[in-house]
Amino acid sequence: MRPLREALVTFQRSPLLSALSVTTIAFSLFALGLFGLVALNIREALERLEDRVEIRAFVTDGTPAEDVVRAATDIAAYPEVLSAQVVTQEQALKRAQAELGEFKDVFEGAVLPGSIDLRLKPGMRDPATVKRVSSRVKAFAFIDDIRYGEEWIEKLYRLRNIAGIAGLALGLAFAIVSVIIIGATIRMAVLARAREISIMRLVGATDAYIRRPFLVEGFAKGVMGGLFALAMTWIAQALIDKYVIHTIFFDARIAFLGLLFGALIGLAGSAVSVGRHLRRV
Amino acid sequence: MIRFTRVTKSYPRTGTAVNDVSLSVGKGEFVFLTGASGAGKTSLLKMVYMEERPTSGEVRVSGTSSVTATPRDVAKLRRKLGIVFQDFRLLEDKTVEQNVSFALEVIGAPPAAIGGKVGRVLTQVGLAAKGRAYPKELSGGEQQRVAIARALVNDPFALIADEPTGNLDDRATRGIFQLLREINAAGTAIMMATHNLELIRRHEYRTVEMNRGQIVFDSAESSAETRRVP
Repeated sequence: MRPLREALVTFQRSPLLSALSVTTIAFSLFALGLFGLVALNIREALERLEDRVEIRAFVTDGTPAEDVVRAATDIAAYPEVLSAQVVTQEQALKRAQAELGEFKDVFEGAVLPGSIDLRLKPGMRDPATVKRVSSRVKAFAFIDDIRYGEEWIEKLYRLRNIAGIAGLALGLAFAIVSVIIIGATIRMAVLARAREISIMRLVGATDAYIRRPFLVEGFAKGVMGGLFALAMTWIAQALIDKYVIHTIFFDARIAFLGLLFGALIGLAGSAVSVGRHLRRV
Repeated sequence: MIRFTRVTKSYPRTGTAVNDVSLSVGKGEFVFLTGASGAGKTSLLKMVYMEERPTSGEVRVSGTSSVTATPRDVAKLRRKLGIVFQDFRLLEDKTVEQNVSFALEVIGAPPAAIGGKVGRVLTQVGLAAKGRAYPKELSGGEQQRVAIARALVNDPFALIADEPTGNLDDRATRGIFQLLREINAAGTAIMMATHNLELIRRHEYRTVEMNRGQIVFDSAESSAETRRVP
């Protein structure tokens, strides 16, 4: 109870300073939140694109249908493969006509090659796996050619990796900045009570006892900053979703982790600050 | 109870403050510590309550050794010591009662016991009627009485006083010194650093004089004939 009461007293004693520190933490976490949102939405978009990763293995004209079906069944049993669907020459033509709509007449009398269309299981759509499965399928004698949009799959993955690394690096940078900011605000609170702290030590209070209210204060500021940041991020996302582009928001688990992260930053900042003061005096 | 064994304390910038000092203070003893400014009195006292640790040698206070004590041990030791300074070190935004009860609260004393103890110790120092006053409403002598009450409230075995009368006029000095004598008579050892030679002359207490970090005179080690006042 005492640490909580004393943390509250500090808030009351210097409301402006406390509000300022909560605000700075909120803005640091808000920046982090915005970037997190960008990363989340890139990831989500990539996943949607990944769903469309498809390997199309064209069948040599004149291959017996039962051979193709047998091969498709074999291929469907590969651990990486989600489905292997046989597309006959007629179906290929129909599909092409359907895709072209009003220009379907260009295919009048045309013959399109049949194929086996593969879809890979989620998590196995990376360039290396796609390449590996393709070369295995190509080993069938009647497979004429194979297409899997090699280039864009690789680009997609490169983009995703860059987004991931940039997110991590920026996240870390913002976390460090937030720790420094919280550390500085707690340091001011510590200095404001330096006399009280020195008397506490003189009469035999332990360092843990002295430290506790400051840790509670840092924790509370972290949580409050986190809540404000969450609210601001949510508003920003709602506005972007409404006026710019469809986006999604963090799920409850990630939002909670964000708050926890704020709280940890608060704790870390105050622990560093009080620890340094106690070592010096 | 308090024993210095070949203690040296050096600071990186200012050099040696205490140089090869050995000293023992027994239970219930009253010791004046005197000497010019910079002689090492304050450094010596700081090593008693382990605000400073010796560069070499050992300070042993009530079973706690400066060589092995952890920060927690130091905190525990200070609960058994009372410490008083020239500048009182009171919290201006707390009343007299709150200043004294603060010392009990921060060591986790049971709240039910605090009120009674504070009342008793304020009566002892003659401030029973001023419990609700703030430090700035009190005279210097009264403020030092509050500081002494705070130091006494944990029933210390020794009171460490660094120039407790340094900021006070003669009348207040006499009052504070009388109070310290009463505290000593009740069994609490007292180590008091002072410049006040008049005070030392008038009382037959053990006197230790320091000069340039060393003990140059200790009345306990001198015969009655050679006893002198610095």
